[in-house]
Amino acid sequence: MKLELRQVTKRFGDFTANDRIDLVVEPGTVHTLLGENGAGKSTLMNVIYGLYEPTEGQIFINDQPVNFKGPSDAMVAGIGMVHQHFMLVPVFTVAENIALGAEETSGGRLNLEATRKKIREISDRYGFAVDPDAIVEDLPVGVQQRVEIIKALVRDAEVLILDEPTAVLTPAETDQLLGIMRQLRQDGKSLVFISHKLREVREISDEITVIRRGKVVGNADPSASTNELAALMVGKNVQLVVDKDQPHLTDQAFSVSNLNLVSDQGVPLLKDVNFTVRGGEILAIAGVQGNGQTELTETIIGMHPKATGSMKINSTELLGLNTRQVLRAGVGFVPEDRSTDGLVGSFSIAENLILDLFDRKEFSSAGTLNRSAIAQNADHAVQEYDIRVGNKYDAASTLSGGNQQKIVVARELTRDLQLFVASQPTRGVDVGSIEFIHKRIVAERDKGIPVIIVSTELDEVYALADRIAVFFHGELMGIVPNDTPRNVLGQMMAGATYEEARESVPATDADLETTTPETTGSVRADKAEHTADQSVLPWAEGDTP
Amino acid sequence: MSAATIDTVPVEETVVVKNWKNTIIFGVLALVALLLVAFKAPHNDVTFRLSDGITWANIPNLTFSATAFGWIAILVLLAIAALSAVQMNSGKKLGKGLTAVFWVFFILFILVWAIGSAKSSEVSLVNLLSGGLALSIPMIFGSMGGLLCERSGIVNIAIEGQLLFGAFSAVLVGSITHNPWAGLLAAMLGGVLVSFLLALFSIKYIVDQTIVGVVVNVLVSGLTGFLFTRVLQPDAQNLNSAPKLPSFEIPVLSQIPVVGPVLFNQSVLVYLMYIVVALIWFALNKSKWGLRTRAVGEHPKAADTLGVNVNRLRFTNVLWAGAVAGMGGAFFTLVSVSSFNADMTAGQGYIALAALIFGRWKPMGALFASILFGFSLQMQFILSILGTAIPAEFLAMLPYVVTILAVAGVVGRSRGPAASGQPYVKG
Repeated sequence: MKLELRQVTKRFGDFTANDRIDLVVEPGTVHTLLGENGAGKSTLMNVIYGLYEPTEGQIFINDQPVNFKGPSDAMVAGIGMVHQHFMLVPVFTVAENIALGAEETSGGRLNLEATRKKIREISDRYGFAVDPDAIVEDLPVGVQQRVEIIKALVRDAEVLILDEPTAVLTPAETDQLLGIMRQLRQDGKSLVFISHKLREVREISDEITVIRRGKVVGNADPSASTNELAALMVGKNVQLVVDKDQPHLTDQAFSVSNLNLVSDQGVPLLKDVNFTVRGGEILAIAGVQGNGQTELTETIIGMHPKATGSMKINSTELLGLNTRQVLRAGVGFVPEDRSTDGLVGSFSIAENLILDLFDRKEFSSAGTLNRSAIAQNADHAVQEYDIRVGNKYDAASTLSGGNQQKIVVARELTRDLQLFVASQPTRGVDVGSIEFIHKRIVAERDKGIPVIIVSTELDEVYALADRIAVFFHGELMGIVPNDTPRNVLGQMMAGATYEEARESVPATDADLETTTPETTGSVRADKAEHTADQSVLPWAEGDTP
Repeated sequence: MSAATIDTVPVEETVVVKNWKNTIIFGVLALVALLLVAFKAPHNDVTFRLSDGITWANIPNLTFSATAFGWIAILVLLAIAALSAVQMNSGKKLGKGLTAVFWVFFILFILVWAIGSAKSSEVSLVNLLSGGLALSIPMIFGSMGGLLCERSGIVNIAIEGQLLFGAFSAVLVGSITHNPWAGLLAAMLGGVLVSFLLALFSIKYIVDQTIVGVVVNVLVSGLTGFLFTRVLQPDAQNLNSAPKLPSFEIPVLSQIPVVGPVLFNQSVLVYLMYIVVALIWFALNKSKWGLRTRAVGEHPKAADTLGVNVNRLRFTNVLWAGAVAGMGGAFFTLVSVSSFNADMTAGQGYIALAALIFGRWKPMGALFASILFGFSLQMQFILSILGTAIPAEFLAMLPYVVTILAVAGVVGRSRGPAASGQPYVKG
């Protein structure tokens, strides 16, 4: 089935999310939409899927114009979508999820047996290994994604839209998904693949359309180099390198020993975690989202009083302190979700800059806030951190993601720190801000304090780390040097120890994908490719508006 | 890269979190029982009459010493509490069966102790149970109404208002037409009317659902109170005395000892309740509508992307909920008494909501939770008739105390529909 978009425009009020987009997806091909976060890819897909109606323009299927009033129209027309955030009811079984909206009944009674049969058919055909009676929330993410794909195939989808499908997958799961995509292409399906991970894009695509700020800015061949693609996406030549010297270790240290945390339901979230970060180095924690990283940072900041073990800054025990005491002990913390944990959206920029400083003498006395000091502090921070604001009394929620994140970083770095912890420091942040935030993080390291970065994006991990710790199912799989090959890390992120991962990676593979080869000359070349990647991959999985 | 593929089978290992809450509760309750018997031993033998309503045989009464039973129950309670402590110490949890045994013995103990301590100690078991069932009717209908809303993602605080307006409509229409069935229909329509307000404001205008619910309750209370004093009372003869819904025995079934007269010699509204609960159970778990309702209550966006009209489904479900809760309202004026009184529902709508939560948002769970609360209401009446030593004010608190204990203590954290209370806005 051929899908064609002619001059499709989508506006939200004054904001043009998609500006006269032309796109042709031929049957039996993988057509990739490449673009930064916020470029308008997801909006465009939602237009195709009938969730939004286009403001102008027309969608054609097999050269016939179509108008979708809702997703059900799109489904009837043969369009299926695998959403970035899975559209699955967690407490339902696989069969129930797939039956929903297209239920078969016999005498008023739901007939799930028919659905189960279809699931088994598709599952066998593509080797999905999905049990129709499993509860969705118990399944690994990769399998949940297959359920989404089955959902579309059961509805006879000929065009399959995959919206950032690899964002939540381990490298191994990603490879499996790419395999599935090849099979679907062979069966004559049209696939629209949305991603900003250039490696995958080049591996699977037949055609690439690059979108920037809601407009098509060009088409590229899959053989184009990573740098070329990156340049197209960002609109300028990107040479974004995180400059950092060898670490100068100091006597400061943050050490975690035998840290354990169990959820109220009895599920272990952290299992015997042991590590030490020395002053002057960055320990980057890698892992697929949901493997205990969030819990680790929350435990450090004192949000899990039931955790057991020990966490010490030099000789000061942090475990057992409440959050305020932890902050007082000199821990700077950038939470992974700034909009829920880092900022109060409706508070002004100036107020957000003193959220955890308000009880200091200079900002308040006798129960009254010192407004001029707060204003001064805001002016200072806005200048020093290059926060682009209209007015410091505007609500923080009016700022872009990058500027919001700078507020959080500025506030945390205002204090004298003994330890700095940043979780997903550049998620959903524009390129310019990423560079700035990375520089500040490195500067903090060079002051000689221990720094911990949690990131689910390997590129960011490689860019910042002096050493890399990998988490899997709440367990520390190992701490490895920052030149560990990408696929070795990938294996560790799927539960292998460093030794196992090294063994199971064939030498040739490892050579191909090694991120930092031995010679200094190629280090630089490789670094350049990395950073190009990273500049356009804002490891940001947020929704576009 | 196929060589590098690692099969990651998620092993969901769990560790038992040592939680001493239950053990402590068990221990305290067992001690309370011990103290009651030690210092306030019941002085009478207890007699349960089993023969009521049975015509084909003469079943002898069940008589035993309340004190003796008390000691046996205390031994069982202490044993289970001790076992629970031992188990918890070695990192295991007490089985569900033993937990249930504990609660059954504790309730029986309190029952026997209270009756044994009263002036007269002969009780009709049939009367106790069938009265309890009848009293739970409004709460059962109310919690079913709540269930229809909550499972599709709308918080229904307005059950109280639906019950009250149902009761009011039933008596008004029933009195005018002299037909209780017309009254029942009016009760359902009255409930739907209240539901319409809830649905309109919470779904169409996205006002906070809890606030709308509370406001609706206050509105209904004020409105019916005003109409009662200004319209119904001046002409009570014609406007506030509805004929009752008929009661009848179901042949054969009603002759089963104890169970028969309790379940099958009741008002027609009770039989309707059986049907409604069964229908809702079936529809929710086995029908297309049920699948969609549950999906909309858990993950409305997922349902939307599959072509389910989320807000329309929610709207109709809320209206249905009003009809069901309205039937519960009819109990007050077409079954219990024949006339309306201001605020006569006395917070039972809120207890119905508690029953829904206690019953973990499931039809059967809500049914039994409602019956538990209805039973505690009946206990209050029976004990005051028997002339118990417990002050009347404490007795009146009984159903509410049971509610608080049940919802706060026993349930712990039960998981409700994930999207309950969250309005759905497209896009």
